[in-house]
Amino acid sequence: MKKVITGNQAVAYGVILSRVDVISAYPITPQTTIVEELSELIASGRLKTIFLKVESEHSAMAALIGASTGGVRCFTATSSHGLAYMHEMLHWASGARLPIVLVNVNRAIGPPWNIWSDQSDSLSQRDTGWIQLYCENNQEVLDTILQAYRIAESVKLPVMVVLDAYVLSHTSEAVEIPTMEEVDPFLPPYCPEYPIDTQEPMAFSVITTPEYFLEFRYKIQKAMEQVPEVAKKVDDEFRSRFSRGYGAIERYGKKEAEILLMTSGTVTGTSRIVIQKLIEKGVSVAGIKIKRFRPFPSEEIYEEIKGAKKLAVIDRNLSAGVGGIFAQELRASLYSRGERPQVFGFISGLGGRDITPELIEEAVRYTWEHPQPEEEILWLGLKK
Amino acid sequence: MRKTEIPSIENLGHGHLACAGCGAAVSMRLTLKALGEKTVMVIPASCWSIIPGSWPYSSLRIPVVHAGFVTGGATASGIRAALNIRGDYETLVAVWAGDGGTFDIGLQALSGAAERNEDFIYICNDNEGYMNTGTQRSSATPMFAWTTTTPVMQPKENPKKDIMAIMADHQIPYAATATIAYPEDFLRKMKKAMKIRGTRFIHLLSPCPPGWKIPSELTIKISRLAVRSRVFPLYEIENGISYTLQEESHVVPVKEYLKLQGRFSHLTDSEIEVIQENVGRARERLMKKAGD
Ligand SMILES: Cc1ncc(C[n+]2csc(CCOP(=O)(O)OP(=O)(O)O)c2C)c(N)n1
Ligand code: SF4
Ligand SMILES: [Mg+2]
Repeated sequence: MKKVITGNQAVAYGVILSRVDVISAYPITPQTTIVEELSELIASGRLKTIFLKVESEHSAMAALIGASTGGVRCFTATSSHGLAYMHEMLHWASGARLPIVLVNVNRAIGPPWNIWSDQSDSLSQRDTGWIQLYCENNQEVLDTILQAYRIAESVKLPVMVVLDAYVLSHTSEAVEIPTMEEVDPFLPPYCPEYPIDTQEPMAFSVITTPEYFLEFRYKIQKAMEQVPEVAKKVDDEFRSRFSRGYGAIERYGKKEAEILLMTSGTVTGTSRIVIQKLIEKGVSVAGIKIKRFRPFPSEEIYEEIKGAKKLAVIDRNLSAGVGGIFAQELRASLYSRGERPQVFGFISGLGGRDITPELIEEAVRYTWEHPQPEEEILWLGLKK
Repeated sequence: MRKTEIPSIENLGHGHLACAGCGAAVSMRLTLKALGEKTVMVIPASCWSIIPGSWPYSSLRIPVVHAGFVTGGATASGIRAALNIRGDYETLVAVWAGDGGTFDIGLQALSGAAERNEDFIYICNDNEGYMNTGTQRSSATPMFAWTTTTPVMQPKENPKKDIMAIMADHQIPYAATATIAYPEDFLRKMKKAMKIRGTRFIHLLSPCPPGWKIPSELTIKISRLAVRSRVFPLYEIENGISYTLQEESHVVPVKEYLKLQGRFSHLTDSEIEVIQENVGRARERLMKKAGD
């Protein structure tokens, strides 16, 4: 069934279709309509889910850590300051190997207060051991939640599904909503390996000495290394069932392009149009959409960029002192490769400023016209 | 001689890592006797994060979920929810948190859970300081006491936070104080708590030899003197309004309690006088609430 719904409603549908057992969340703009929608659905008796309306995001994640240890499927959604407030518990969830799924609606972190789109919130959690998947449209939001549970429960790591504030969260688009009967065989019930059991008492998250700690972390890294293969299998199966799939990255535009434009989130949607137009004008350009940020799709990217001379990256985020985080990760992933294209790191759209077709075109043109970037960070649309 | 009513089951195994004379070890042993095997215990950061032993061992013979310092109330809420989803309403969820994890950093999560009347027993193992990190002050540290962050030149200026009043004002079904010198009383309260559903709170005083600077063989005696001096009165509160005070027949001056503890050895007579007055005032407050 096709319905015209917002990104946040797509999240709610994803949660219902995933038959989530326990939700725990705390409101923050622009995530609020997710928790409102889910509260309505539970109150109306349409969901058997328990919704713990906790007093903070820290407690929201802690409660899910308890529930997930208890062996049930868990969900939360947050944004910006809420995600930052959860930070300690994000580490805990991955360290305890709990397949929790969290939706983060990308929003700037203050001060100054700002409620608009900016990826700095989720990207500053990149070292917490969470898989991170970014979405381009509302359909992808719904589909990614379904896939996220499959991936999380398979590798025993939590997954963060990320969408842009307002551009997706509050914007309506036509979304194909699968039926429960279609989703159930794709996403069977969660079967935890070690749920809490008084017949077989076990201690969870016990203090671990230097003698063993390293090995626990090694196992998390190994689980992350499984993600590309697992995610691909899940995506392939999803595609065969629902005729939609996403990959870790997606290349579009010219086949053998000299320059590549790398984007994530909704900027990709705009970039598709700009790139098409520029190709028609004779620019040798293609686009790469990065969906999976953690684990970083180094292999997938490397395969797709062979032959390109220059890579332009648009980051809607800032790690002050370094620059854009996608560009930084890309540079790091290319360093050990034989062939390394020039990386042009653009920063734009912080705090929700529109990344317009004109700005994207400016980035591509700059990259086209310069043999290398004049500066480490190239600011797009900066008012001087 | 009267036969003890304390159950013989032992769910605290050998080889735990508590200090000699640790009141919290006795407290845990008694707690496990009361709770039995059909219990899941949440332990936020505290001495008891360490005492059961390190991976792959645990000296507790029930499922234990170690948790972040802040998260006792929240983690337990989540576990309860998971058990309910699984159709298991029988297994009890208990939290074992220190005074730091209860009075201070975990108060918000506990308050949230208590307001939602989450179905678990929360045991605050109060040793009046952050002992796991080496005896720093908490808001449960008594007035004028020495800790490593309240040195004798500048001991703690403020009286201990009244956590029982805070919990009572959440109108939870049951709250009680207890301490290890009165094990039957403690067990009776635990049994009572276990028959009730909703948030139940036990404030358990557990003397700590290194933190209180007391000889390890005096733990029980000091626990008893805490009650006799009325520094730590024993009482129960039902639904936030109905108080049951246990009258103490052998009342002693606070000096008897204080003089055995190195953390108070710097006190002047006038400071002891202030403590005595505060204890009197606290008792009046309590009597007023109890309505007699
Ligand atoms: C967020 C956070 N801050 C600080 C700590 C360090 N820490 C661990 S245990 C502890 C003190 C615990 O005190 P209390 O709750 O009274 O338990 P006790 O050790 O006295 O049994 C502290 C400060 C921590 N683990 N987490
Ligand atoms: S420091 Fe105190 S509470 Fe902690 S183990 Fe030692 S005696 Fe027990
Ligand atoms: Mg303490």
